[in-house]
Amino acid sequence: MQIRTVTDDFIKDLLMKGTREDGRGMGAYRPINIATGTIPNAEGSATVDMGHTKVLCGVKIGVGEPMPDKPKDGNIITSAELLPLASPHYDIGPPTPEAIEFARVVDRGIRAAKVIPTEKMFIEEEKVWEVYIDLYVLNYDGNLFDAGTMSAVAAIMSARMPKYEGEKVIREGSLGKFETGNVISSCTYAKIGNSIVLDPDGNEEASMDARITIANDENYVRAMQKGAGGSFTFKETEELIEKTFEKSKELRGILKKAVGE
Amino acid sequence: MSGGENQELIINGKRLDGRMPDELRPIKIEANVLHNADGSAYIEWGNNKIIAGVYGPKEALPKHISDPERAIIKCRYQMAPFSSLEEHGRSGPNRRSIEISKVTKEVFENVVMLDHFPGSEIDIFVEVLQGDGGTRTAGITAAAVALATSGIPMRDLPFAVSAGKVGDTIILDLNKIEDNSSDADMPVAVSPRTNTVLLLQMDGELTRQDINTAFSMVQKAGTYISKLQREAIKAPYEKIKDKYNK
Repeated sequence: MQIRTVTDDFIKDLLMKGTREDGRGMGAYRPINIATGTIPNAEGSATVDMGHTKVLCGVKIGVGEPMPDKPKDGNIITSAELLPLASPHYDIGPPTPEAIEFARVVDRGIRAAKVIPTEKMFIEEEKVWEVYIDLYVLNYDGNLFDAGTMSAVAAIMSARMPKYEGEKVIREGSLGKFETGNVISSCTYAKIGNSIVLDPDGNEEASMDARITIANDENYVRAMQKGAGGSFTFKETEELIEKTFEKSKELRGILKKAVGE
Repeated sequence: MSGGENQELIINGKRLDGRMPDELRPIKIEANVLHNADGSAYIEWGNNKIIAGVYGPKEALPKHISDPERAIIKCRYQMAPFSSLEEHGRSGPNRRSIEISKVTKEVFENVVMLDHFPGSEIDIFVEVLQGDGGTRTAGITAAAVALATSGIPMRDLPFAVSAGKVGDTIILDLNKIEDNSSDADMPVAVSPRTNTVLLLQMDGELTRQDINTAFSMVQKAGTYISKLQREAIKAPYEKIKDKYNK
């Protein structure tokens, strides 16, 4: 793995000089672009470009049976596909632990913050609305979690709500907007040597010792996930949470602008 | 499968979306849309939205599948679970997508110069993000552009389009509604330089005369589709040229 070592040295060398590959600051995102309604057949959809990372989220809304432990609540089903066309390191096959973690972290933030108000999704006995959130990674260059959360939230915020009439789901015609309960975003940081950077790209993720994702709304941290072998001190973690609250104002602003709110 | 129930697909000589029988849906192709892939293309063909990516040539793995004489092609066609206006689909391969992956692979085995890369594999991925009939043909058309932009040597740039029949009328480029209730559907992929057929599937009922009419329609449409493919391949370089000419 000669090439990996060279990249690793290069990244660490830059960080020691206080800079990054693209000259970004330690706490800066790459350019973010959100396009909503990219898949009109899906009830909600959004494509997020975060630098070269490109994630498409499609939201389908249907009718199903409630979970036995929550007979009055709607369902949320989140999955992620690390498509083989997104990176030379992704292969065809069943979901990898990486893909499962990605889907579950995005799901937890959305669920905990009640972006989807499941308690309002009861139709009748044994029938509730269910929301499928599919994350499609089209190009990988680090930080899937933030791009994924952003695409999912943008897709939900811009979704249309089907109607249920006479045992049938009506997906076309004049439909209202899906009613969202909250807006969240996440911030992911990578620890590389002694530096901590926001929004790691692919090379930085390959060189990182540890990763932490913090998802929050205006008032609360809603989900967190630490990843990779290294560690963060308590102090570092608290500082990062503080930074995340500051940064997330910007991210929520981008999201609201993208969905025209 | 009778003409009677399909009369409504063509009214006053026009199709439900206003097209003439031999008219294509609007097609837009963009090359080099993915940063990591060695070649890629995005196609919008009517309401179809499809992205194709190519990786390789690279070492064929697992080792026992490699061919010491030539490269092998791996191909996966897949529909996103959110790609249709109906219910959420199931992810993962099904019998239909496995067959389409196979016939798509066979199209490119014909035109890619596989003997240049013994022991290697070339991966072609076709992801249908939104489907509205004719996804395999649009996918092949996009994959050809993706392969060309990857720089892998090819003998030709194949295109694909489907033809079919509604009542007594042969129609080109069936959309989903037409595909579901037509009397016949026939996707065709063509190598235009040699004017040979690389993919041909059909179901329904067509006379010899019908097939002849359909084939002419496909070839005529191919001139236009090929032109769009070439323009898409050139476009990124035209941009660079413009930049330097300024």
